[in-house]
Amino acid sequence: MTTDVDPAEMRQAYSKQITRRYIMIAIVTLILLISFFVDVATGPGKYPLSTVFDVFTDPMSHGVRLKVIVWDYRLPIAVTAVLVGALLAVAGAQMQTILNNPLAEPFTLGVSAAASFGASLAIVLGFSVIPGVGPFLVTVNAFVFALLTCGFILFATRLKGVGSETMILFGIAIFFTFNALLALMQYMASEDQIARIVFWMMGSLSRASWGKISLGTLLLCIAIPFSLYRTWPMTALRMGEETAESMGVDVGRLRIEMLICVSLLAATAVSFVGTVGFIGLVGPHIARLLVGEDQRFFVPLSALVGALVLSLTSLISKSITPGIIYPIGIITALIGVPVFVSIILSTRRERLS
Amino acid sequence: MTLSISNLSAGYSGHTVLEDINVPIMEGGTFIGLIGPNASGKSTLFKTLAGLIKPMSGSVKINDEDITNLKRKDRSRRVAYMPQAFGCNALLTVFESVLLALKQTSGWRVKSDNLDRVSDTLNALGLSHLASRGIADLSGGQAQMVAVAQTLVRAPEVILLDEPTSALDLHHQLSIMTSIQTEVGRRKPVVMAALHDLNLAAKFCDRLVLLRDGKVLADGLPADILSLPVIGETYRVETDLEKTHRGALYVDARLRA
Repeated sequence: MTTDVDPAEMRQAYSKQITRRYIMIAIVTLILLISFFVDVATGPGKYPLSTVFDVFTDPMSHGVRLKVIVWDYRLPIAVTAVLVGALLAVAGAQMQTILNNPLAEPFTLGVSAAASFGASLAIVLGFSVIPGVGPFLVTVNAFVFALLTCGFILFATRLKGVGSETMILFGIAIFFTFNALLALMQYMASEDQIARIVFWMMGSLSRASWGKISLGTLLLCIAIPFSLYRTWPMTALRMGEETAESMGVDVGRLRIEMLICVSLLAATAVSFVGTVGFIGLVGPHIARLLVGEDQRFFVPLSALVGALVLSLTSLISKSITPGIIYPIGIITALIGVPVFVSIILSTRRERLS
Repeated sequence: MTLSISNLSAGYSGHTVLEDINVPIMEGGTFIGLIGPNASGKSTLFKTLAGLIKPMSGSVKINDEDITNLKRKDRSRRVAYMPQAFGCNALLTVFESVLLALKQTSGWRVKSDNLDRVSDTLNALGLSHLASRGIADLSGGQAQMVAVAQTLVRAPEVILLDEPTSALDLHHQLSIMTSIQTEVGRRKPVVMAALHDLNLAAKFCDRLVLLRDGKVLADGLPADILSLPVIGETYRVETDLEKTHRGALYVDARLRA
């Protein structure tokens, strides 16, 4: 029954698997680049891809009008889609690992709901948690509330007897609490304010700006090396807390470090674009199906898949009805969920082959 | 290399499990069986030896060095502990799961010699045919053997195995115990394994330590320990120690009338 496998053969099988993973990352990167360029080339003004590419390489090649359309309007949106997708997916991937729960992501843990409440507080009462932020009032409020919620989750994981199921229950409790508070805000709001709140909650990429993009990029440039440095302990954590601990991983400290990192990512992403559920879930899930859970590949690929999904969403949001850009939160849910479910159902058999 | 436990008391937040444990000098190259009924403190002892629980008093020493003074990295390089529970749904292959155990203490990059170590370990335990199988698809027994592989691959000075044979069939019990015995002879670590099967313990171990209610009741050669009346008392059975015609020790146990 036991057939012996030559050690050299075993090594070769592993090396092959690693090569396959690099190829997978390369393929997804390529698709992401294509999606990004098509996203930039798509819009109400129908310019050929070559023209857009010209403006991309030399801003003034086709006049000021095109420079403004491409550089000030389309590019920030396309870049934000990629960036926020990556931020949300990395946040989701790490939350799932540290909380040992495949359902964990900024949306299910109530971070998005908290951000929405923060935003509505700014819209309705003009109340700022950090004074003197001026035009960034809504974004800053959303960020602070998202961060506070992550802090609460962090605190909750330190409590005795809080397992991974309890964490999701905490998330649901946070979700409902902030939804109730949000409803209260809406009740107090004027019609105009309600419209702004609803628009914020639906999630939109139109709030993109180069300032936000640089901040998000900076965070991602810190977060990815930070995670990669902890890749072996994080992979060990997937074997269970006790096993990881027995291998010498300081599980408590690892959790705190990662959760702080992830909180910043999630809060930033959510405060930039509003409520976009599902990216934090779909990115890591697809990545896991493609490369397994060796975190060296899992984290970067989660980021790429998240970026790709949100980039495609951005593309779809302007392609359905010409001239209208639908909120991305609606698109991710309506189109993404069925696609996601079919992916899970069709691949759950041959996961690691 | 020696491991020794002196006047050790340990437990969880105020509740003492182990009381004044003494296990003098355990030499490298010794296979020690830790025996005792359920809830006698075996797992707690392992966790304390592995440094996961701080002793309330007393000490655990590797070559006269107190383990509480060792840095976490250093300690996990020298002491490997296999907890009882194994089983998870991570999407990792058997090869990867053994590699990750090795990578906790051997730098970030996967080097060629890491891969050699992993394949050699899997080979030695007769697990090479499972190398590219997902760990979520393993049977209970296979998972247990992979857990042993995760411990052995790190080539530590002290190996603590919490019930390494509890889920294995007869063939695999013998084969895993033989592999551990070979490792003991080859690299000379101190191996301590919690075992419920006294005959298996008699067959493979060089020394037995009997634990009950957090105290060491006996410590010595298997033939001496297993013939003590305290064995019957501890397990609440009648026992006789016999020798088979091949010279192996056999514990004949019956429920008390």
